[in-house]
Amino acid sequence: MKEADFRDNETLELFKKSGGNILLTTVDAMIDWGRSNSIWPLTFATSCCGIEMMATGASRHDFARFGIEVYRASPRQADVIVVAGTIVNKMAPVLKRLYDQMSDPKYVIAMGACAVSGGPFYYNSYHVVRGVDHVIPVDVYVPGCPPRPEALLYGVMQLQRKIRLESMSSPRQTVELK
Amino acid sequence: MKEVIHLPVQNVEEEEYHINMGPQHPSTHGVLRLVVSLQGEIVKSLKPHCGYIHRGIEKMCEKDTYPQIIHLTDRMDYFSAHINNHAVCLLVEKALEIEVPDRVKYIRTIIDELTRINSHQLWWCSFGMDLGALTCFFYGLRDREKILDIFEESFGSRLLHSYYTPGGLMMDIHPDFQKNVKAFIKYFRKKIKDYDNLLTGNIIMQERTKGIGILTREDAINYGVTGPSGRASGFACDVRKRHPYGVYDKVEFREILGTKGDTFERYSMRMHEMLESMKIIEQLIDNIPAGDYSAKMKAVLKLPGGEYYQRVETARGELGVYVVSDGNKSPFRIKFRSPNLSNLNVLDHISRGWKIADLVAIGASMDFVIPDIDR
Amino acid sequence: MDNAVLKERILGLVPDAEYQENKQFLTFIIPPAKMHDLAFKLKSESDLAFDYLFCLTGVDMVKFLEVVYHLESTTHRHQLELKVRTEDRVNGAVDTVCDIWRTAEFPEREVFDLLGIRFNNHPDLRRIFLEEGWVGHPLRKDYIDEVNIVEF
Repeated sequence: MKEADFRDNETLELFKKSGGNILLTTVDAMIDWGRSNSIWPLTFATSCCGIEMMATGASRHDFARFGIEVYRASPRQADVIVVAGTIVNKMAPVLKRLYDQMSDPKYVIAMGACAVSGGPFYYNSYHVVRGVDHVIPVDVYVPGCPPRPEALLYGVMQLQRKIRLESMSSPRQTVELK
Repeated sequence: MKEVIHLPVQNVEEEEYHINMGPQHPSTHGVLRLVVSLQGEIVKSLKPHCGYIHRGIEKMCEKDTYPQIIHLTDRMDYFSAHINNHAVCLLVEKALEIEVPDRVKYIRTIIDELTRINSHQLWWCSFGMDLGALTCFFYGLRDREKILDIFEESFGSRLLHSYYTPGGLMMDIHPDFQKNVKAFIKYFRKKIKDYDNLLTGNIIMQERTKGIGILTREDAINYGVTGPSGRASGFACDVRKRHPYGVYDKVEFREILGTKGDTFERYSMRMHEMLESMKIIEQLIDNIPAGDYSAKMKAVLKLPGGEYYQRVETARGELGVYVVSDGNKSPFRIKFRSPNLSNLNVLDHISRGWKIADLVAIGASMDFVIPDIDR
Repeated sequence: MDNAVLKERILGLVPDAEYQENKQFLTFIIPPAKMHDLAFKLKSESDLAFDYLFCLTGVDMVKFLEVVYHLESTTHRHQLELKVRTEDRVNGAVDTVCDIWRTAEFPEREVFDLLGIRFNNHPDLRRIFLEEGWVGHPLRKDYIDEVNIVEF
């Protein structure tokens, strides 16, 4: 992603023009900067995309330089859940439970075609959930089967841009899906 | 002064304590749920619960044509993706009685062996990580990237290529393929010594693996444990030797058998297999015959009615593909005999009596890939 | 042992086994009641010694349900294929071979789960891949699932 694109947030400009509270914008900017630069994911990999996620964390495409320093094994300590791999009917309640156990603010990246929409298993399968957004609300979709590590890094950068748009005066609404 | 009160001591009964190593756990084997019943720290029994990645591939294949099945078999055991595809291609070619060009056989064998090295490198990463040696993760993945570069140059993607097709290959290999593979072998022969220095000789690793989780030869045959885990117990089950396919009958390589069947032997088996695979590739890489990269095939493949079975040796054991055909372009019934399902069956038997930390080492040495169990 | 001698031997053990011609392996159809005894003899007799069951499959041929066993001997290197059929689609049952070849335990659970064939005397016969409360057996040819399957 180009530096100019990364820094350019039209919504942020609009908000500044519409006259938000000056005091809060600086605090917001600082908090968002902190949050976006240290997102720690949960170890969650179901199938093939999990391997590309591990490869992204390895030495060639290192995503520790983006702030993803360590993987946390427990959902209570994690910020983001990168759903890498197919979700099936039997696994869906487990995923929902993990998402509920994470503490706010939490984000979701749907990685790979299977998590986005069911992928190669869309037709003729009796046990696959067609897209993880049937179970939990998703922030960023990263398509590919499996997506290249560079694509996952682009997805993480998009998430960072999205986090920078948040503000304390309009807190992030997490939707309760029944 | 306080009085000391003596409470009557009753018979303390020890109960079994069940813990759940749930579908999401930090070792990267996938979504396997183990309900382990412990007495203190000793494992009394364990029950695996599968099905958390059951995608119904066998039912889906009944609606797909034979070339389309290749894309689904890729995703079953994704570390031996090419070898899974090889099984389906060989079955279709045998049923239709098609002779593929020699060039195709050589290239398929070389790529199978590269896939095997690739899979064992990743196994080594996760084995080290499960025991706590996180450096192994970075070393193994760094070397694995070299193979993925070779694959990307020829096939277009890093993982899951669907490169084989019934009749031959999808396209010819890149002109630099041979040069890059030779450079990789030279590089990796040096690096594998680093692997030994790092992990094999480490006293902690040896204490944690020698004598743990012993599987005898009779049990290995009875439970159907194949692959490096079976060979470590002395069961000579290498399909490349017993029922050769490709050009395995023209190359020289050893089938190494162990005697003790403990975790350390299963570990050494895979390290030796990487060296044997490199030997196979060296014998073949300079002799790839020129020719077509695919035989002439019809547009629609219909297998004659009947049953067919094909066996291949993946990185984890013997994969079998059984097809019942009724003359249409899709199989009537296709079944994949998964090596990991038998290996999982034996986990209960070999981990009784060991501690829960040993269970992690045993599971890492059996090398499961869960999507292959669940298909 | 070559196939001709093996064929005579099997027919000697189970006279009403039906031999199938022109198959990849030496194939017999065995009546369900005789399967367990035959399996025990195949493993225990030293000239047969079929100690490695390498594949257990369930097939739904529309008129009947079938369980296919592929056997191999590690000492003599001969191979065999046995089929057991049942026409009862509701309560079809076959004797288990878990006590003879321990590798059969999980594949038999898989056949029960996806095709609905029960196995008598199995140590732990319950669904392996699908949830406990799943209704139906997906691999059957008459399985219809409007909710889950998206047809192409």
